[in-house]
Amino acid sequence: MVEEEGFRRYIAHVILWIGIAIVAFPVYLAFVASTQDNAVIANGQMSLLPGGHFFQTYYQTIFVGTSGSTREPVGNMMLNSLVMALLIALGKIAISIISAYAIVYFRFPFRMSIFWLIFITLMLPVEVRIYPTYKIVADLHMLDSYAGLSLPLIASATATLLFRQFFMTVPDELLEASRIDGAGPFRFFWDTLLPLSRTNMAALFVILFILGWNQYLWPLLITTRDDMQTIQIGIRKMITTTDALTEWPIVMATAVLAMLPPVFVVVVMQKLFVRGLVETEK
Amino acid sequence: MQKQAIFQSKLLPYALVAPQLAIVLIFFYWPALQAMIQSFLLQDAFGLSTSFVWFENYIELFRERAYFEAILRTFFFSFAIAVSSLSFALLLAVMADKPLRGSMLYRTLLIWPYAVAPPVVGVLWIFMLHPSLGVLSRYLRAAGIDWNPLLDGDQAAALIILAAAWKQISYNFLFFLAGLQSIPRSVIEAAAIDGARPMRRFWTVIFPLLSPTIFFLLVVNIVYAFFDTFGIIDTMTRGGPGKSTETLVYKVYTDGLLGGNLGSSAAQSVILMIMVIVLTGIQFRFVERKVTY
Repeated sequence: MVEEEGFRRYIAHVILWIGIAIVAFPVYLAFVASTQDNAVIANGQMSLLPGGHFFQTYYQTIFVGTSGSTREPVGNMMLNSLVMALLIALGKIAISIISAYAIVYFRFPFRMSIFWLIFITLMLPVEVRIYPTYKIVADLHMLDSYAGLSLPLIASATATLLFRQFFMTVPDELLEASRIDGAGPFRFFWDTLLPLSRTNMAALFVILFILGWNQYLWPLLITTRDDMQTIQIGIRKMITTTDALTEWPIVMATAVLAMLPPVFVVVVMQKLFVRGLVETEK
Repeated sequence: MQKQAIFQSKLLPYALVAPQLAIVLIFFYWPALQAMIQSFLLQDAFGLSTSFVWFENYIELFRERAYFEAILRTFFFSFAIAVSSLSFALLLAVMADKPLRGSMLYRTLLIWPYAVAPPVVGVLWIFMLHPSLGVLSRYLRAAGIDWNPLLDGDQAAALIILAAAWKQISYNFLFFLAGLQSIPRSVIEAAAIDGARPMRRFWTVIFPLLSPTIFFLLVVNIVYAFFDTFGIIDTMTRGGPGKSTETLVYKVYTDGLLGGNLGSSAAQSVILMIMVIVLTGIQFRFVERKVTY
């Protein structure tokens, strides 16, 4: 038995709250700034308590955008981010689960070569091949399109590996049983394997949605039209103008809005999130 | 490892792997190959003719002082980010591992920054420590520090490291906590019975048992510092002032985009690729062994 004395426990609580404060302070500050007047912030006289401009700032941010630098409603940027994140997450899950199914449940020539071809992509993050990829997407006329935003990020070795690993643990008896019932490969996949994979898919979805929503370098390169901007790109463009002209309350409101969906997913689906994170890193 | 129960079909498996294979070939292998080929080519100033120059782009690159400095800088950033973020996260995880009231609440309140995107992290931190309007800058100046990360390169570097480490705390915390919870209680109790005080228990029993997690996280953090800091740097300093926060990935981006020097940018990409492959290789070798103590 290792009992913690009262004093040590007290210290632990204090350290944890300090940690939480450090983690939360920048975000709190952003929220506070988003409710205050720009002139006050620009003077460096910002208060540490929320101001009275909450509704006005968020209304302008979501429906109008900044008056100077981008002029694009952030609501529209969020929609672009949402479409991109969903396409990446669902696309990855869909193409990975069927290719893992083929690799585990069939024997065919080049099976292992194909597996390795997919596996090696794990080592090629988009950052190391940005310009050639950009050129291909441009040649395919996919700049400023949802397809161009999501397709190059969809191929995922992690998801394929994860499903492969999971399928290997599914007992062979299930396949034999459904075969006796007269099920072919489609029926078995749809009626047996897919329902069994539900938790894995959900955990993966949580992680992939966050990764998709937070994409930055790739959308930065391939979106040129303002109405195709994602929220992460929009926020950078808002602070490009000289400091004096930056509309900080709107920038900070955009930062808060950019954090909201992924943070919500982490907090509400915490179990799936932790599971997804641990599984994808294996 | 192979399944015994399988389906028989000649064409179906190919149809099933086709979508993924197509994307992998078009968007991974083709561009990677292009980068490799391009790194051996030199384009003239007007883009009219290209010639095969063997390793000239690479040699040129290593002669360039800026590239050498970018390599050193990237490694320094990675090291500083990994060490600061890991040690703080470990402290929090050790505290949260204790049987405390509200430990689930603590976990929730500490893991959510994982979901904050790097560019947003950059915006939050530059706002907090902005030379003219940052809330914390007031205190720094009051403490007699001439704080201006937009002009002072060292301060800019410190800011990037702090912001990048901040974002990574939650990830490291989560894995440390999982690692700590997988250590059998009986081992710690045995040490306690032998009379080891908490500090000693931590350094002689818990820390060594945690070494696989630490090593795994070290590699993950280095990869993170290499690639995911791009968004932080781009919204905060854009590689400046001067080149004091330009990392390797940032240099690939600026050299290809602004400089238009595609041959050099491609050569840099290939070098980065090799670095990632080495890092991933280390990680896999390690994860396979699972435990080493």
